[in-house]
Amino acid sequence: MKKRIPLILIFVAGLLGVISFVIPHPSYQVYDEWMRNDLLRVLSAFAVVLALGSLLRVHFDKIRRKRRNWQYSWLLLVAFGGSAIIGLFGGVAADGILPTTVRSFSFDIQTLYENIVIPLASSMFALLAFFMASAAYRAFRVRSTEATLLLTAAFIVMIGVLPLGYSISKHLPAFVQWILNVPNVAAQRGIVLGIALGVVATSLKIILGIERAWLGGGE
Amino acid sequence: MIFILCALMGLAPPTNVRAYDTPDDGGGSINIEWQLSPDDAQIDGYEIYRSEDGVNFTKVGFIGKSRSLNQDQTEDGITYTYKVAAVSDTLRAFSQPSMEVISSASWINVAKMNIYVAMIIFGGLILYYIYHARKGKKLFIRKIAGLQAIDDAVGRATEMGKPILYILGLGYIEEIATLASLNILGEVAKKTAQYDTKLIVPNADPIVYTVAREIVKESYTNVGRPDAYDPDSVFFLAREQMAYAAGIDGIMTREKPATNFLVGYFAAESLVLAETGAATGAIQIAGTDALAQLPFFVTACDYTLIGEELYAASAYISKRPLLLGAIKGEDWSKVIIATVLILASIIGLVSRFPILSLFQ
Repeated sequence: MKKRIPLILIFVAGLLGVISFVIPHPSYQVYDEWMRNDLLRVLSAFAVVLALGSLLRVHFDKIRRKRRNWQYSWLLLVAFGGSAIIGLFGGVAADGILPTTVRSFSFDIQTLYENIVIPLASSMFALLAFFMASAAYRAFRVRSTEATLLLTAAFIVMIGVLPLGYSISKHLPAFVQWILNVPNVAAQRGIVLGIALGVVATSLKIILGIERAWLGGGE
Repeated sequence: MIFILCALMGLAPPTNVRAYDTPDDGGGSINIEWQLSPDDAQIDGYEIYRSEDGVNFTKVGFIGKSRSLNQDQTEDGITYTYKVAAVSDTLRAFSQPSMEVISSASWINVAKMNIYVAMIIFGGLILYYIYHARKGKKLFIRKIAGLQAIDDAVGRATEMGKPILYILGLGYIEEIATLASLNILGEVAKKTAQYDTKLIVPNADPIVYTVAREIVKESYTNVGRPDAYDPDSVFFLAREQMAYAAGIDGIMTREKPATNFLVGYFAAESLVLAETGAATGAIQIAGTDALAQLPFFVTACDYTLIGEELYAASAYISKRPLLLGAIKGEDWSKVIIATVLILASIIGLVSRFPILSLFQ
């Protein structure tokens, strides 16, 4: 029974999802909208509580056991508590009961997000440049036939998109464009076709209850 | 007066205005088509007028010249009539009114008929092979290096006494890549339970977190090791993309996992994660259906499940005949698509001789 109920639910929900693709009538689409947005949002709300509980439990445990870098967990807990209080009582855009401005200094959630979270995320994003350099170095080492092909194609494409490419041969830019538009797109479409069929097969397996690994496996 | 002016200026109106209910939609929309004014090159565009009584028309839209189709948002069940006017500066040349039209919602989207046929064929093939597998027919499945390496990867982590890090990516629960990743997680968790290896599963989405936790717990129970399950091994990390990446990078550098699984939906953080993992010396098995991230994984990881291999993984690891049957069905579907593509390409090439235009 513990597994049968989720399987029945999945079957019904999956079937109704397929039907919504066929029926554009509003009387059915309203229901689909309710399933996708309203119901999922309610479920998300419960899940968020569980998720935040998990986050706090992990960091409290880390502090209690004095695990490596446990001091940073205090930082997380203070930031968590502070932003929760400001968000709950100060409102998203400084429209709550808690004053979130001292003279010209604002600390409402929107300001904190724009001035702390976004710059930190941008810094992480900037690291990509260095990671790309190290990944490119690794990719371009000639270790196998595939790596050699990759290196050759990349070299031709890089030269071809530069003005230097045209100086070498006026046909080179057109050839580079052909590499990008034909073999490259063909390979991508092959992958996309496989993905699309894989999605259909996986969905069918889950809807029909054949795939049960998400239930922890078993027959 | 304006009509006389239009005649004097030689501004001809559009003709044959046809209004009809937009087909295969959810209602609330009418299409209006017309034949362009003979003076189309000189005019500014076309104004669309609507009437509920056939007498009083109000303007409901404007569209540039050389265009002969417009869509109007309407209320279902009301009778409308349309006129179209060619506009040049202050002059307007009105067409004859269209026939009366009522918008309504369709029950079946007939325009998607080709998709229904494809769904029936591919779905039928998959179900056919599942049925055969159920009857005990032996099915061959090609080797997938990334999935064969899972046993070695778990064994290596056990020997080294280091944990396994399973990263589900940023995907939401409704994404198939996330579901496929959860399926693989279930199989990996069974192996870590058997080998008594520590498993770490950080999550970016609250719902995915709750599902992942249940899967790991069930997997430990299914192999008879519920005592080995650590509730804190599956935890919520952060919803923000780069915060999630930073958190995982921290885990990688602190815990030094022997094996990293990066399976699911990934965006720009893929390279940050894969490169950090490579720097820590872990064996990395990646899998995603995000095309843009595949080159990064291929470069930085030891094994990469490309696209469909991700979906086949659960069947491959569990070796359950029913799941393998579905893969067989998928393969035959691909054969059909490839055949159609080759035939279409040949027809295309034949109709575009000389073949030397290949590079154009």
